[in-house]
Amino acid sequence: MRVPPGVSSEDFSAALQQFEEAVGKEWVFTSDEDLAMYRDAYSPFWGEPDELVASAAVASDGVEQVQKVVRIANAHKIPIYPISTGKNLGYGGSAPVYSGSVVLDLKRMNRIIEVNERNACCLVEPGVSYFDLYRYIQEKGIKLWVDVPDPGWGSPVGNSLDRGGGYLLKQFRNHFDSHCGMEVVLANGEVIRTGMGALPGSQTWQQYKSGFGPWIDGIFSQSNFGVVTKMGFWMLPAPDSYLVGTVTVPHYNDLIPLIDILGYLENTGCTNGMPFFGSPLLARGPLGEGGPVPDAELTALLDRDQGPDPDAMDAYAAKKGIPHWNCTVSFYGGPKANQGNWEFAQEKFSAIPGAKFSFGGAYKLPLAPDVQAKFNLPEFGIPSLQMFSIGARSDTNPTPGNGHIWFSPIIPRTGEAVFEANRVFRQAAKELGLPFPPFSLPTCYWERAFIFLFGFPITHDVETNKKNRAAFKRLVAMAAEHGWGEYRTAPAYQAAVMNTYSFNNHALLHLHETLKDAVDPNGILSAGRYGIWPKHLREGAQA
Amino acid sequence: MKTIAALLAMPFALFLVAQATSAQNNSTQGDRVKSAWVLHAVSGAGRPRGYVQYQDYCSMCHGDGPGKPGTMALRAKYKGKEPALLDQRTDLTPDLIKAYVRNGLSIMPIFRKTEISDADLDAIAAYLTRDNKN
Repeated sequence: MRVPPGVSSEDFSAALQQFEEAVGKEWVFTSDEDLAMYRDAYSPFWGEPDELVASAAVASDGVEQVQKVVRIANAHKIPIYPISTGKNLGYGGSAPVYSGSVVLDLKRMNRIIEVNERNACCLVEPGVSYFDLYRYIQEKGIKLWVDVPDPGWGSPVGNSLDRGGGYLLKQFRNHFDSHCGMEVVLANGEVIRTGMGALPGSQTWQQYKSGFGPWIDGIFSQSNFGVVTKMGFWMLPAPDSYLVGTVTVPHYNDLIPLIDILGYLENTGCTNGMPFFGSPLLARGPLGEGGPVPDAELTALLDRDQGPDPDAMDAYAAKKGIPHWNCTVSFYGGPKANQGNWEFAQEKFSAIPGAKFSFGGAYKLPLAPDVQAKFNLPEFGIPSLQMFSIGARSDTNPTPGNGHIWFSPIIPRTGEAVFEANRVFRQAAKELGLPFPPFSLPTCYWERAFIFLFGFPITHDVETNKKNRAAFKRLVAMAAEHGWGEYRTAPAYQAAVMNTYSFNNHALLHLHETLKDAVDPNGILSAGRYGIWPKHLREGAQA
Repeated sequence: MKTIAALLAMPFALFLVAQATSAQNNSTQGDRVKSAWVLHAVSGAGRPRGYVQYQDYCSMCHGDGPGKPGTMALRAKYKGKEPALLDQRTDLTPDLIKAYVRNGLSIMPIFRKTEISDADLDAIAAYLTRDNKN
């Protein structure tokens, strides 16, 4: 029998027996075979003594069972680690941050409490996946869309609490921002409801976010202050039609006004779909995916220590007859409004000399099945697993790794920042011996900041993983030196990233710790998650 | 004018909201969903045992058509020596299928019993070995 650190075998045996009484014997897992299924498949410590593993797993069904499990854990001071679907791959899976914790598996909590078409919102439990919610609204003929992340087998609750992003209109793409109300079990087993949910008999829990008094929902995201057992979300009423178009600009420095104009169009509501940047010259998309390796001349231009020389890049582009950048913009709404907004967007982008436009089509929604294949399904609220194509074996990737982990700093939404980030990360990659695309373009989940996404390969080779871990931490530090911080990271790096948010001698982390000690004095909930350790583990626990 | 009209309409709109959400949300309320990674419910009528479970849990990666990473990976691996579609294979054993699902392989992650039950995994294994010669 595995035993959590700091817990006696007797206490753990007693707790396991009580867990079985609370949830049923078949839902308490203690065998090595069963616990192997709670390993993080994309762990950068795979097979090493430091790999984060569970001592047991308990699968609750319903808030009452969660309360019982938490109370038992609190009485015996057993560390527990709640997961929803455990599919947060690339940012952590189902393994605990504090190795030896008992995983509280909420996948069985798979109830859709409500989908309200008139108010375009829903209330779901943590075990409901995006696929489940999509299928539910399709089967019931409900004319709502859910903003899905990529891939879509995670849960709205888990993805939002990790502050994931999606692909629809900007007010939905930030999944935590689009939540409305939550139910949380605290470390003492007490249940609270946030926002209007605190009002007994409330009829607007999913309509009005902040309720009355301090709005505390944020402290339950990327944290360890409670177990979220229900969460409400705002949804998108199924739009009538979709229009997509692309602007292409010729020169290297055109990226600067391209981004500025896009910001104006997004923030004034002209274009409401998620924009995507590309580079015809470099044949690159936002995840570094793309075409052939640049020729020697272009590689030399990109490799320049101080960053590419714009004039030299323009001369190369002119010689090849290929423009530098493009941006695809999209519009959801009435067909006439979409057309008018597209025309206005072209008018604004035309301020960039040489800007050219291509119309990608206007489509009645929902898309006809034969048209769907042309598009990235999440942009239409349809969950997909296609994202895994990036790391899977293919003709161009004949020796795939065993997963990936994302390095994902937030950078300013300016062309200058994109250039600078490429210069810094390209140089860093060279020093650290990491593969780096010829040029990396940012992703536009959030309308006020960019995110860079770099996939670190995970292998089952210990030495390679060790090297990559050191490189990852070095990148975190380098990004912070430039004022760029990660928006989310895997358990192996959460303390390192939290350590970079250090303004005024880590005053924010000290507040997190003060809250942690107050709401969870025994430190049983998700110790170490996002770098927040309970008092008894703060000394020496953060490797 | 539009603003005034919107304000006048508000009490009625709020009344509708109240009617629509009057059901309170206790823990045991709501519709349980059958968790699966598939876009449409699949019927097993006239199909072999395990067909539905295979569609529910495997087809989004290992099915036919575009955007299926598992099929793409197996096509690149076997280059025609074996079918890229898992449900056309006749050389897989139940133990091998279960080992892949429970331990993962390459970028395919591990699937827990709370995601795919032992009974469903048995059915998937039965489906994928239905045409085996031995």
